[in-house]
Amino acid sequence: MTEVLFVLFGVIAVGSAVGVVMSRSPVGSLLFMVATLASVAGIYVLFEAHFLAAVQVMVYAGAIMVLFLFVIMLLNLGHAYQADVKFGLWTLLSLAVTGLMAGILLNRFWDGGRSGLVGDSAAAAIDASIREKGAVGAIADPLFTDYVVAFELTGLLLLVAIVAAVVLAKPRT
Amino acid sequence: MLTQPAVLLSVLLFAIGSLGVVIRRNAIIMFLCIELQLNAVNLAFVALSRHVGIEGQVFVFFVMTVAAAEAAVGLAIIISVFRHFETVNVDKFNLLKW
Repeated sequence: MTEVLFVLFGVIAVGSAVGVVMSRSPVGSLLFMVATLASVAGIYVLFEAHFLAAVQVMVYAGAIMVLFLFVIMLLNLGHAYQADVKFGLWTLLSLAVTGLMAGILLNRFWDGGRSGLVGDSAAAAIDASIREKGAVGAIADPLFTDYVVAFELTGLLLLVAIVAAVVLAKPRT
Repeated sequence: MLTQPAVLLSVLLFAIGSLGVVIRRNAIIMFLCIELQLNAVNLAFVALSRHVGIEGQVFVFFVMTVAAAEAAVGLAIIISVFRHFETVNVDKFNLLKW
């Protein structure tokens, strides 16, 4: 059952990702992106990362994609259908380079399941933590103890980003 | 058990995202493809957290926050560039000043 769902979500994710790159209209790309993010959230659930799946749907597929949509509508790019894909030698070159990159990554990380990544070594500890503290508590516990400095810095980063966005998008007077 | 297929999927999504950054000229689509790459890395983090520990999921949380900040600043830059050049096609502007 898990494998079937994984293959289903994976096919939707890869198909929609190709749609993001190939769609002529920016809004179409955006909707394909939402489908990709939603199916990746489904895969998170298969890996017992329920909190991250919820955050993925709410923050990524919800807030960030609406921000993109808002900018597309604001700049009135929703019907800019002129092709902006570079064809010819450039496309061949990009396909070769990205294919090479994927090959190097796969060569590094995919070994046909012979490595130590076969058994779920930390899975039992994570599942016990989720049973004990709940799906949110299992993440919140390390987040607010071991990584609290990084967490506070993230808040600072968001503040800087808000100020920067306001300053950049403000019309020059 | 599903870790290796998930890493394969993550590599595929990352490659598609980088392909999109390279072949599309629309700044918003390029930006969307960068988000796709971030998401591919998140998928690898979640898959490997089953082996390394819950820290992988904490890192995904941080990556999502940075992606949100990056989206806000990047889209503000795109709005600023559009206001000046009336286009978001990255071939149409080549000066990093306005």
